Amino acid sequence: MSKDGSPTKTISDFEAGLAKADANVASFAKDDRNLFYMMRGFLRAHPTTIPTLVLIVSVIAFGIIAPRFLTPLALSTVLQQVTVTGIIAIAQTLIILTAGIDLSVGAVLVVTSLIMGNLAVHMGVPLPFAVIIGMFFGALMGWLNGVLVAVIKLPPFIVTLGTLSIFTALKLWYSGSESVRNADIVEKAPGLLWFGEAFRFGGAKLTYGSISLVVVAVLVWFLLNRTAWGRHVHAIGDDPDAARLSGIRTRRTLISVYVLAGAICGFAGWVAIGRVGSVSPISFETVNLGSITAVVIGGTSLFGGRASIMGSVLGALIVGVFNTGLSLAGVDDYWQLFAAGTLVIIAVALDQWLRRASQ
Amino acid sequence: MSASAPVMAADLACLITKNNTNPFFVKMKEGAEAAATAAGLDFKAYAGEKDGDASPQLTAIENCVLAGAKGILITPSNDSVGPLLKEARDAGVLVIALDTPLADPEAQDMTFATDNFEAGLLIGKWAAATLGDAAADAKIGMLDINKDNISVDVARDTGFLVGFGIDVPDLTVMGSETDPRVIGHEISGANPEGGVMSVENLLAKEPDMNVVYTINEPAAEGAYQALTKAGKSDVLVVSVDGGCPGIASVKAGVIGATSQQYPLLMASKGIEAIVAYAKDGTKPVASEGLSFFNTGVNLVTDHPVEGVPSIDSDKGMELCWG
Repeated sequence: MSKDGSPTKTISDFEAGLAKADANVASFAKDDRNLFYMMRGFLRAHPTTIPTLVLIVSVIAFGIIAPRFLTPLALSTVLQQVTVTGIIAIAQTLIILTAGIDLSVGAVLVVTSLIMGNLAVHMGVPLPFAVIIGMFFGALMGWLNGVLVAVIKLPPFIVTLGTLSIFTALKLWYSGSESVRNADIVEKAPGLLWFGEAFRFGGAKLTYGSISLVVVAVLVWFLLNRTAWGRHVHAIGDDPDAARLSGIRTRRTLISVYVLAGAICGFAGWVAIGRVGSVSPISFETVNLGSITAVVIGGTSLFGGRASIMGSVLGALIVGVFNTGLSLAGVDDYWQLFAAGTLVIIAVALDQWLRRASQ
Repeated sequence: MSASAPVMAADLACLITKNNTNPFFVKMKEGAEAAATAAGLDFKAYAGEKDGDASPQLTAIENCVLAGAKGILITPSNDSVGPLLKEARDAGVLVIALDTPLADPEAQDMTFATDNFEAGLLIGKWAAATLGDAAADAKIGMLDINKDNISVDVARDTGFLVGFGIDVPDLTVMGSETDPRVIGHEISGANPEGGVMSVENLLAKEPDMNVVYTINEPAAEGAYQALTKAGKSDVLVVSVDGGCPGIASVKAGVIGATSQQYPLLMASKGIEAIVAYAKDGTKPVASEGLSFFNTGVNLVTDHPVEGVPSIDSDKGMELCWG
């Protein structure tokens, strides 16, 4: 444009035509047609909002209807009861973020705790080595899942259904179906029980296991949200082909997710020994379903690409609050299962509704 | 809370059984509930899931203590519940083990149980006497709960073998005997499916098996099914429990003999003990010469043998549970 407003086309004036064009770069449309859509957009962007609200509301509700629920002891007991499921749920969140699912988590946990128990109690291996070897085997089992999923390209559901049976067979063979007894652990390797130890203050009983749940959650949250690896995992979960085309080593990254999840299950094996006091080969057989329940209630999408570590911990807590709350309210055990099932279905319906927000 | 408070409607008794699937525990629950209601106690029942898996029971104990229970009746899945029960006792809760004692005497105030070794001994003696001279080369299959050496499992298993006249060097674990007459110990899980599988496995090892010991009547049912399928009709099946379906099996000739125990009595005596404790702090005492309160056992068979006292299946039916 010339000073007097007359058009003066020169050879180097190519970009003059852009003067009236929109200077914004491409961006997602903000869906603010009304309050309802704005709320939906907000919830999509902040997945922990709903589980946080549900947790607060349910704690208050049970505080009103269940005697003794709002006491430090009761609330810290809930935390103890969900510790193992919570740690497993963190591992499960990693897998579900990649649009997978892991049915073998409980079997991995039991195999690793049997290895730790056997090494430390029956073979006199020093505790740190026993724990590290146990966690290594947890990672190894995760690696096997990862290779079958990422390299052989089998569906995660089928792979982990298979390895659930394989690891179950191994744990029964390895243990001869026998428990590592509490008395032997206390006598020979009391360090295995460390995560069952507790601080006590004002009636509350906070175990080191519960603290470890928070620590694991923070570490994994950091990995997922503050590292390049975490961005790659999100990308793979969202669209594996796009991730591959943009230069992410999808196979290697996917295997690393399963390895990390396996190692976390191994750590949960150590925490579980503290919780139960012995190592029984037939314990924790339903923790896989419990962990999936926690992840779903916590707002992680089963379709991959969107996960909330803190949400999964909250999900485990919600189930725990319902169980203890209903129990203290004098409700029969089977209604606790009923409540957990209802929560899962509501959570998935909500997830579907939020997904539609982006379409 | 002082132990000398009068019984009020608010006093809570808890029952924590091993599972909700075995009729023995379902009956125990019904017996306890009826006794608690009659005594004006609040009552809450919990159940574990599987023998040997302590986790659900730990959660139940915590919830009972939270709810302020006066007493806990528990059939422990394994000894891992000991430390937590000790804590409950320190908090002033009366802890009574039903059916299965805890290894740690500090973890319980008292056990109300069948003398399970005695129960095994009776069916062992009966089986040996029934076989007569053939007992010398009997081929015996053992259907245990699992390999966990749960006290009930060990007591019945070793009791049976000792009763049969087999030398058992170590009475605290299963499978210490070297007598070739014992084919093997199988994991039945104390349920019919496990009973079928165990017998199939044992028959594969030794097709001429002629005596089957079973941990309880559900396992015996399964054992009988598998034996029938294999076309074997001359096998002695013995068991422990004395539930009504089990006694019916004795009547029908499915089970040769069973040692009958009295879970309703365990439950109602347990509730009585909690009532007494809530009233004035008294705690139950053990039977003469035993470390637990013996709720009794009777051998039930329609083929009595010399030297082993027994009642017939009609009498067993009058006394049965479930």
